[in-house]
Amino acid sequence: MTAVEFKKVDIVFGDNQQEAIPMVDAGKTREEILEKTGCVLGVADGSIKIEEGEICVLMGLSGSGKSTLLRAVNGLNKVTRGEVLVRDGDDLIDVASCDAKTLRHMRMERVSMVFQQFALLPWRTVSENVGLGLELKGMPKAEREAIVEEKLKMVSLDQWKDKYAHELSGGMQQRVGLARAFATDADILLMDEPFSALDPLIRDHLQDELLELQRNLKKTIVFVSHDLDEALKIGTHIAIMEGGRIVQYGEPEEIVLNPANEYVAEFVAHMNPLNVLRCASLMTPVSDLRKDGDRVILDKYDAFKVALDSKGAVQKVTFEDKEELPVFSFEADHSLDDIPDCNIVTASPEITMKRAIELRQSTGNPVLLSEEGVLVGVVGDEEIYQGILRQSSIADAAE
Amino acid sequence: MSGIEQWLVDHKIPVGKWGESFFDFLIDNFAGFFDAITDGGSFLIDGTVDMLLFIPSIVLIILITGLAQYLQRTWKLSLFVFLSLLFIVNLGYWTETIESLVLVVYATVVCMITGVPLGIAAAHRPWLYSLLRPVLDLLQTIPTFVYLIPAMTLFGLGMVPALVATVIFAVAAPVRLTHLGVSSVPKPLIEAAESFGATKKQLLWKVEIPYALPTIMAGVTQCIMLSLSMVVIGALVGASGLGKPVVRALNSRQIDMGIEAGLAIVVVAILLDRLCKQRNAPVDGA
Repeated sequence: MTAVEFKKVDIVFGDNQQEAIPMVDAGKTREEILEKTGCVLGVADGSIKIEEGEICVLMGLSGSGKSTLLRAVNGLNKVTRGEVLVRDGDDLIDVASCDAKTLRHMRMERVSMVFQQFALLPWRTVSENVGLGLELKGMPKAEREAIVEEKLKMVSLDQWKDKYAHELSGGMQQRVGLARAFATDADILLMDEPFSALDPLIRDHLQDELLELQRNLKKTIVFVSHDLDEALKIGTHIAIMEGGRIVQYGEPEEIVLNPANEYVAEFVAHMNPLNVLRCASLMTPVSDLRKDGDRVILDKYDAFKVALDSKGAVQKVTFEDKEELPVFSFEADHSLDDIPDCNIVTASPEITMKRAIELRQSTGNPVLLSEEGVLVGVVGDEEIYQGILRQSSIADAAE
Repeated sequence: MSGIEQWLVDHKIPVGKWGESFFDFLIDNFAGFFDAITDGGSFLIDGTVDMLLFIPSIVLIILITGLAQYLQRTWKLSLFVFLSLLFIVNLGYWTETIESLVLVVYATVVCMITGVPLGIAAAHRPWLYSLLRPVLDLLQTIPTFVYLIPAMTLFGLGMVPALVATVIFAVAAPVRLTHLGVSSVPKPLIEAAESFGATKKQLLWKVEIPYALPTIMAGVTQCIMLSLSMVVIGALVGASGLGKPVVRALNSRQIDMGIEAGLAIVVVAILLDRLCKQRNAPVDGA
């Protein structure tokens, strides 16, 4: 079900909006529009559909309009033209055109927000800050306290509830911000560069925590970031924005493999592919592998050969036609230590390139990829090298 | 005299006359209104003064010392308050001190009641502030004595004209500081409250006023000190209090009386300043 949908959203700041809109339609750049009308183009023709439970990352350089688009969801920025549909029960409410009462309802019950600079009220304790949303709803104190306690436990800050925000470290302050956003039980969470103000280690840690929480909470998250590594790590979908326009929207791997233009390629060039590329896009498919009779040859030295049954499942793997290698099926919850010595591994094609390299290094053998018991491809040294080279060739092209 | 200068002198713009006729108009048409304020004001002020003077001075001194201890929590200051009030009794200016203090407190209360809402309104409406600013500048630069003349014309002699002149003189401080405090609330804090559905009223009471409170309190302190300085001058229009002996000393060249009354005023000023000082560093919260 759609949770948030942007439909042809234009956001223009300034007094002269009527004059600016036709220029937006004509595809003029932000600079041209500013010079002619004095208006600043925030977002032009932004259309994205975000399904429930997704984490959609809006990503781009500063000034690309990503925060502006995010803030349209709870009406902090006014939409000049277009619709921003947000789910409320069975309805989709257009927050761009709804009245003040409906907007207030959406803000109190449906959408909550986490800010880059935390935006905690300094004269309030941690628990008073977390309870802010509930207090604004008019919930009595006793009721509030139970919820606040629960949310503080969730971000493991319950020991700190009577402290003031400035007594906490940056990472802890943002956890208070998270708890405050969770407190209203809104299903849609807006996060405006929530971790950008934190140092890299804490940032990494909080990203993990967010993903861990999300596993249980299953909220719809719209996340703004200027860091592609963060976007790739967190996002189920990524929209890349440039100069107020969405230049590419898709799943992380799609963006890494097929950057839509040079701007995107520039980002991709500077990211770490290991966690993003999946073996499905790295592997040599079974159909492309050479055959030795009815056996499939895995490497270019003809050392590893696999016998398949009629359905295509792995039956027997041999090394140099003599030694038979036991096959170990590697599942998501296994660790590398679980693999017995001298085994060859089959894994899902969904595993990341990083995992494939680990498996390759740990076993010394190519990694077989099978889906529902059927061999679909193989990742060996050749495929890994190619994956790395492709990344660097994108980087070269971008420079 | 050159021709132009002579011409200018001959064609005087009757600014003073206009002002006078404005006040005459007020007296002719609203005399009842001003009389009511005068009567009500004197009743309130005199009543409070009488009540406080009914309490034995030593009991009141202990009460004020207790208040100091409650507000500032330092025994040093409380001791200072206690001793300096005893010193005032010793100088023989206890009654005058109480009269001045009552006037200061009333003036401050009126200033805050009018100044804080005005400051908040101005912070929310830039056009209102641009309208208010020249008025505030005017109020703060006109020599304080000038206020006394219309105040006396409208409210006669006594405590009330002094109170009115004091309020007009001191009200600019809370307006300015409240405006400063409310308009300097960081935008992210306002947006945070808005994003959780705060109404305008909730925004004011839960974000803007708490954030601006240290600045507003600085306005109270300033207002108190300004009031004290004006209350002394109020003696010129017949307000009783510490200003009276000063004026008398001035007229009869009594150096000893001038020194003693002046000293009492200084002591009261220091007391009020120390009592109103903010105990917490700003933005530390309650």
